[in-house]
Amino acid sequence: MVRVDGKGSGAVVELRNLDKKYYRGEEEIDVLRGLNLDVDAGEFIAFMGPSGSGKTTLLNLIGGLDTPTAGTVRVNGDEISALSGRKLAAWRARNIGFIFQMYNLIPVLTAFQNVQLPLLLTGLGRAERRKHVEAALGLVGLSDRMNHYPRQLSGGQEQRAAIARAIVTDPKILLCDEPTGDLDRAAGDEILDIISRLSKEYGKTVFLVTHDPMAAKRASTVLHLDKGTLLECTADGQLVCGTEEVRR
Amino acid sequence: MAIPVEYNFRSVINRWTSTLVAILSIAGTVGVFVVMLAMSQGFMATLVSSGSPQNAILIRGGAEGEMMSAILLDQVRVIADAPGVARSESGDPLVSAEVVTIGAFPLLSSGSDANVQIRGTSPAVMGVRPDVKIVDGRFFRSGLTELIVGRNVPTTYEGLRLGSTVEFGGGRWTVVGVFDAGGSSFDSELWCDARVLNQVYKRPENVFQSVTVRLASTQAFDEFKDAVTADPQLTVDVFREAAYYAEQSRLVSTIIRVLGFLVAAVMAVGAVFAALNTMYSAVTARSSEIGTLKALGFGPGSIVTSFLAESVIIALIGGAVGCLAALPFNGFTTGTMNWSSFSYLAFSFRVTPAILAGGMVFSILMGVIGGLPPAVRAARLPVVVVLREM
Repeated sequence: MVRVDGKGSGAVVELRNLDKKYYRGEEEIDVLRGLNLDVDAGEFIAFMGPSGSGKTTLLNLIGGLDTPTAGTVRVNGDEISALSGRKLAAWRARNIGFIFQMYNLIPVLTAFQNVQLPLLLTGLGRAERRKHVEAALGLVGLSDRMNHYPRQLSGGQEQRAAIARAIVTDPKILLCDEPTGDLDRAAGDEILDIISRLSKEYGKTVFLVTHDPMAAKRASTVLHLDKGTLLECTADGQLVCGTEEVRR
Repeated sequence: MAIPVEYNFRSVINRWTSTLVAILSIAGTVGVFVVMLAMSQGFMATLVSSGSPQNAILIRGGAEGEMMSAILLDQVRVIADAPGVARSESGDPLVSAEVVTIGAFPLLSSGSDANVQIRGTSPAVMGVRPDVKIVDGRFFRSGLTELIVGRNVPTTYEGLRLGSTVEFGGGRWTVVGVFDAGGSSFDSELWCDARVLNQVYKRPENVFQSVTVRLASTQAFDEFKDAVTADPQLTVDVFREAAYYAEQSRLVSTIIRVLGFLVAAVMAVGAVFAALNTMYSAVTARSSEIGTLKALGFGPGSIVTSFLAESVIIALIGGAVGCLAALPFNGFTTGTMNWSSFSYLAFSFRVTPAILAGGMVFSILMGVIGGLPPAVRAARLPVVVVLREM
């Protein structure tokens, strides 16, 4: 279940009265304003909205890459908005898988080594790590490319390697920031197939930021962000619930 | 576990052109550092090797060296009778009462005059210093103005080859032999009969400047020293010969060493800036990688360690190149003024494992200093900003 009225409880992601401001010189920019969100485990949420509406900021707050100006972020039962940088890094390693638009693979490491990176933060031995990496690469259909460097892979293959890296530690939550934004339709569809599968078959809670309505259709819930507030829509874009202001 | 070092190795290789400047700067600095230390080491080793552990040298009490010392013939006889003194097969004590003076001879390399130490010795000197061997010609005859010269002398000075005749101190001398003193400072000296040298220089015949004694064993030193220092007829300082020459080398080797450190320190500033520049540009160029690593959960400590390791890798490559470049200097022979004897001393550079290790440690130090600020900057890069800028 997904709620944006702040009345949920026990959700895997729980945002309360979330404010995020940025400062450009003396100018104060409100990116998120009093945002509430409850998302249960296994949901596939798509965030849509115009550029600058705060989609990526919201994703960064859920993933512990950024801290709110006000309000709380509770993920997997952890209140992460109060964690220090070091603890937040350790928390990310345990709980979140990131998938970026530009794949963000390390160019000097092979696909295998890139996927293995998050496992270096665990206590697993070499053999165990290898087993996990091979499983993750197998799941995204990249077993035959594990010793290739990113420059030797196509865009779609790079993104698949990035997905393998995101899931190799088996996190409960996947945060995908425009994962198909740099791919053609066919490659993008392949990536969305994998992400959908991760949600449906493996129970991952997925947050997808996208401008692409076709990509958003894969989600169980589409949330529209506008001027720092959330509107809940169905996949066909019809508003079903939101703030009082929007209803009027 | 930290970010794999392989990442740093490959990154260094991947941007080798920008890394090359830092590597060469560090290599140059380490090279100079090693060469200067090798020079200092060579100078010191040349003097130290002049001393045998089984020999003792005696100079007048309070004198700082042979040049300022005086020991009378009667005192020499007392010393020769002291316990612990080795004797030849014929039963004579192995004692060499010696005088030293300076002669100016033109260098073959430049034609300008350089001071050469001339040592008047006792006929027993070859027994006192058994490591010294005549390699050409013969030993000088007592009572004659004959010279034997160290093996460096004929190749360093004009007119001092075997069979040559030279004039100095009012006498006319013939070079009758060449000796090999195993690379010690004696290889840069002229030796002759001490009594003849005193006569030619119109010095009192019964005054010498030092006495070198061959001991029955290295353990006999304490017994010998106790005996001569307790004797009221003697006012002498007694040293193990090796310790004496080590002390004599201290001034010049310290000067060379300090100069070396100063030059290396100045060059190190440049090398550190090169390393800083390389690593700052690496951090800028790879900010997205840093952001990604941080997003994956690598903490500030891992990021600092990783970039510091990369800087140290660069420094180690530079250090190794510098050490390799310095290696050919090993054995290179040069000469300088020995301020203890005011004479020119030929010596060979000595690139030892300890010096090479010192060079590598120096390079690591430059790598750490040059890598730390960029590494800290990398760790402080705000991940959100970095990822947004991609």
